Amino acid sequence: MKQTIAEKILSQHCGKTVRAGDIVIADVDFCFGQDGTSGMIIDSFRKLGVEKVFARDRFCMVIDHSAPSPNIGVSAIHDKIRGFAGEHKVKVFDVGCGVCHQVIPEAGHVTCGDLVLGADSHTCTYGAINVLSTGVGSTDLAIVLASGKNWFRVPETVKVIANGRLPKGVYSKDVILHIIGDTGAAGATYQAVEFYGEVIDALSVDARFTISNMAVEMGAKCGLMRADGKTMEWVKAHSIRAPRPVEADADARYAETREYDLSDLSPQVARPHTVDNVCGVEEVAGTPINEVFIGTCTNGRLEDLEISAKILKGRRVAPGLKLIVTPASRRIYIDALKKGYVETFINAGASVNNPGCGPCVGTHQGVLADGENAFSTANRNFKGRMGNPNANIYLGSPATAAATALEGKIADPREHKRRL
Amino acid sequence: MANYAHRLKIENDINTDYIISGRYKFKIQDMKELSKHIFEDLEEGFYKKIKPGDFLVAGDNFGCGSSREQAPAALKASGLCAVIAKSYARIFYRNAFNVGLCLVECETNYIDDMDELELDLEKNIVRNLSKGVNIEIEPIPNIMREFLNKGGVVEYFKEHGGFEGIL
Repeated sequence: MKQTIAEKILSQHCGKTVRAGDIVIADVDFCFGQDGTSGMIIDSFRKLGVEKVFARDRFCMVIDHSAPSPNIGVSAIHDKIRGFAGEHKVKVFDVGCGVCHQVIPEAGHVTCGDLVLGADSHTCTYGAINVLSTGVGSTDLAIVLASGKNWFRVPETVKVIANGRLPKGVYSKDVILHIIGDTGAAGATYQAVEFYGEVIDALSVDARFTISNMAVEMGAKCGLMRADGKTMEWVKAHSIRAPRPVEADADARYAETREYDLSDLSPQVARPHTVDNVCGVEEVAGTPINEVFIGTCTNGRLEDLEISAKILKGRRVAPGLKLIVTPASRRIYIDALKKGYVETFINAGASVNNPGCGPCVGTHQGVLADGENAFSTANRNFKGRMGNPNANIYLGSPATAAATALEGKIADPREHKRRL
Repeated sequence: MANYAHRLKIENDINTDYIISGRYKFKIQDMKELSKHIFEDLEEGFYKKIKPGDFLVAGDNFGCGSSREQAPAALKASGLCAVIAKSYARIFYRNAFNVGLCLVECETNYIDDMDELELDLEKNIVRNLSKGVNIEIEPIPNIMREFLNKGGVVEYFKEHGGFEGIL
């Protein structure tokens, strides 16, 4: 039987050949929670009445969403996480380690061909390295923690082919925003997406993570890519388990195929308050911005910081504008320090925060005031997302964010073409 | 006792940040207390309208966004009997049945705010008593019904020691 990547990975994890629509019980290779979901994972795990976690080295908790803690309530959750970890001898990536979706692949816990569940909706990020990974809630995660398994509906797959060559100043963030703008926020609900094409092939693994990370913003269960030479190099440098790359069969059955030619793509911006409210930067250029945020599991990687630093080097952000930069992990922070990017940001007037989620989820480190506009490299711009329902959030690439920080209004990064 | 439909001003893509803001999910652990903040960013004091057994009615892609389980848990704690929508985001869909909140999938164009409704899971219909129409619903998959019957996945798992018997 001809199969998609999702059908193959699920088949391999449930011991029989499955196809889209089947409901199966499958073994999970790795699972985790973050500080917003782990409290409830622990509660549900205790309610299940199981004494031991299924495998100590196949689970971790990452304290990233609200870290360091901004209040007593969050401190209590962090304390509970550390307590459970001590009791069950499981790994915690504590305050300052970084965002789960960077830290976990970087520490080598996931590899090609894996089936991974995370209690965080952006768990789909690892699809970029050929992992079937998807987000679930805390109780679903507790079930895995107790048994090593969960139930899955085998998803249908949408094939997305990104053809062409991206123009200068246009990045993987623009690619995925464009695709989400086209499909809509529910365009791939319950489906897997497989990404192919010259554009994907030309991207670094870092840049590919950005695309898979946002698959959930079109409703998808996962955003998968095949493992090519770059992927194999990446996983060999990081993964602690042997990769088992999985390719779709040539005539696998797809629910739909969507093809794009992106050679003329302009930098894309998602306007408030939905991620699919996408337009070219030209349409919103000049919109006044009060806060620029560069970071997150979408765009807080070294390459993102490099691109922003190139635009900001030797310059100052617009008067009154707050620029917040949050490297996605400690390793990225150290590399950015060594390469001088952090100094560039600070000289430009930025606050460079500890690795973690930063102000993305609205709990700390840059909550917006009433009527303020933010430009963020994150993946969500829902009303209230950055802590204030009376503020507006625009999303775009690190390049567009850096150009915007200089002007104090949304700006086209292609104006800085010579620096890129 | 009569039970009513409640609609928000937005119909589609109602995300989990709207259901319960990230501001509260870290702060408040008690679901009853948390349920006082549901949909607060869309409509202040929305929770006050809900009487036990009432329904929330929406369009497509209800529950998109973050995986926070506080979203269905807070809706359940608010007293809602079920959510009725055209379609749901997948993480929310799993989470809801896992915590024992019933989700009904059907055409919702014929349900207005404050219509009197009755849900019949045996016959797979929603009766709109205010309009005198019956709306057919998608049958709830067996696995979800089992979770609902037990009050959630935890209770199911404890009783059966896993899912094997369910398929």
